[in-house]
Amino acid sequence: MRFQPIDQFAAGLPADKRASVYQSTKTTHEKRTKLLFDQFTDPNRLRQLAGEIKQHALENLDTYLPKVEAKLKANGAQVHWASTGEAACQKVLEIMQARGATKMVKSKTMVSEEIELAKFLKPHGIEALETDLGEFIIQIDDDHPSHIVRPIIHKNRREIAQSFEREGLGAYNDDPETITRRARHFLRHKYLAADVGLTGANFVSAESGRIVLVTNEGNSRFCLAATKVHIALIGIEKIVPRDRDLGLLLNLLGRSGTAQDLTVYTEFINGPKSTAQPDGPEEMHVIFLDNGRTDVLASDCREILRCIRCGACLNVCPVYRQASGHAYRSVYPGPVGAVLSPLLMGGKFAQKADLPKASSLCGACHEVCPVNIPIPDLLLRLRNRAKEENVPSPGTPPMGAWALMASQPTAWKAALLGGKLLDYVPTKLIPVPALQAWSAQRALPAWRGGEFRKWMKQRKR
Amino acid sequence: MSDDREAILSRVRGALAPLHERAPLPVYDSEIAVMRSLIAGRDLAELFAERLKRVGGLTFTSPAELVAHLQAGQWRHGYCDPVLWPVLAPHFGPDFTVELTFDETRVDDYAFGITRAAAAIAESGTIILDDASTSRRLAALAPWVHVAVLARGTIFSDVTQAVAALGADRNVVWCTGPSKTADVEGILIEGVHGPGAQIALLV
Repeated sequence: MRFQPIDQFAAGLPADKRASVYQSTKTTHEKRTKLLFDQFTDPNRLRQLAGEIKQHALENLDTYLPKVEAKLKANGAQVHWASTGEAACQKVLEIMQARGATKMVKSKTMVSEEIELAKFLKPHGIEALETDLGEFIIQIDDDHPSHIVRPIIHKNRREIAQSFEREGLGAYNDDPETITRRARHFLRHKYLAADVGLTGANFVSAESGRIVLVTNEGNSRFCLAATKVHIALIGIEKIVPRDRDLGLLLNLLGRSGTAQDLTVYTEFINGPKSTAQPDGPEEMHVIFLDNGRTDVLASDCREILRCIRCGACLNVCPVYRQASGHAYRSVYPGPVGAVLSPLLMGGKFAQKADLPKASSLCGACHEVCPVNIPIPDLLLRLRNRAKEENVPSPGTPPMGAWALMASQPTAWKAALLGGKLLDYVPTKLIPVPALQAWSAQRALPAWRGGEFRKWMKQRKR
Repeated sequence: MSDDREAILSRVRGALAPLHERAPLPVYDSEIAVMRSLIAGRDLAELFAERLKRVGGLTFTSPAELVAHLQAGQWRHGYCDPVLWPVLAPHFGPDFTVELTFDETRVDDYAFGITRAAAAIAESGTIILDDASTSRRLAALAPWVHVAVLARGTIFSDVTQAVAALGADRNVVWCTGPSKTADVEGILIEGVHGPGAQIALLV
């Protein structure tokens, strides 16, 4: 029997990786829930409100985008627009070349992963160094992140120690504290030598043009203290209407993502550094990226653009816990990725059309989402789209016979009668592997087909 | 390459055109996101110290305590904002080397950095820095120990209040405890790129 690509990957996942992904996602999820329900009287209302705020922002992007552009310019930032990933990469290159810059330090940004910025810049002689510890390890290993917030959730300390040894960062030592200190020492000199600091943005306020950056390690702070040019690469969906909405969203982001009241560092950036301040960027560039987001906005799945990249849906998802992030073959894994990744594929939707099927539709992702995205509904819409576009679905049993019966009352009645025969059929002997696997664990109950029709007929009105 | 501004805005307008009505901006009281039961009736400086401790930071109420702590940790070489130094200098003994300028080419020489905090948030144990109050961004970030000198009267009760008071500063940084990571096997390690020890000195 053939399987969907995501199932094939999950089947090959080593047991220790599965166990570690399972354990750490479960722990984070449990802490998150405890924190929210201990601290707030109505955490669900907070999620709903945050969802309404972001939905409003999305449905009024035509007003908010020009507004935020004007505010950013007034704050002293230069604003650029990029329809595609390539256009954004090109824009970054232009900004760097205009200043003769060759060294970039990057704070963790999912968008730069999405457009593969570092790979683009390399042949142009530009080093774009990841500075988030996890992303740094991903980069030296030429690997891909497997979780939105915890990029190396799939790696253990021994693998990391080997990579550090290979890269000349010290003799083999797998103590997590030693690993962290070595990265600290190595990277701080990289920040100080860099020309450009690149960040994403967690939120941008249309009211003030304030860019909000959230990190635990302090790497984005270092990028914005040591370099003279700041480039912020921002998806157009990151806009929130007002500063006061940030209070609500920040309260939810830290708790949902990492079970912290607030992430350690929250930076509110209102333009290039002040003149009196000796450290920090003199130049600030904001690149607004589309790269398929307007297609998503036009689709019946636009709610997914509310996502604030907290990773809570990954942590709670029974499929993610079993399959791990790489199974999704996308920058965005887990339930949010199962919706977003196929949508961002544009004309190549079919290549990721298996992802929306990787869900039991249990609804846990919707329940934990800090912006209340109805992920199961969106998954169903995408399954429907795959069906309408005739995307082949390996492993899915043919439903033609069922469709015929369900639309022909006579065929249905005949089948009900025939069903009685099932009581006498040795199911274990039917040469269908799926059926055999099923019946190896279970016995069919006695046939009760037709009872409902009987009841309907005899029912007194 | 020409800028894609018009193309993006026109796709946005096109995507939104079929909507019969747009989702309204919800009306809400920011109070909903405030941990009121935690704050009610509390002295804000006390609550702040308690919450900062919870996220791995420390609060001192006198320069003498601070100096004793630095001594105990063997952090003897550091930077101090020149504005603060006249007040703090009498408390530092001769075995300390305190520089009033920060030389980034010797970034590893500084074990501690002392700068001013702009404000704080009691609810979350957050220290607020900004460009106006921070003499050097690097000095508040690169040394292992960061000491933020915080005036008692500047403590906000909650996150919502602090957001309302963001003001026009170019770079406001909320620091909620020391720099942290759990990237390696989910094990919490403090001091990744930023300070491994975050201290507030209340004045």
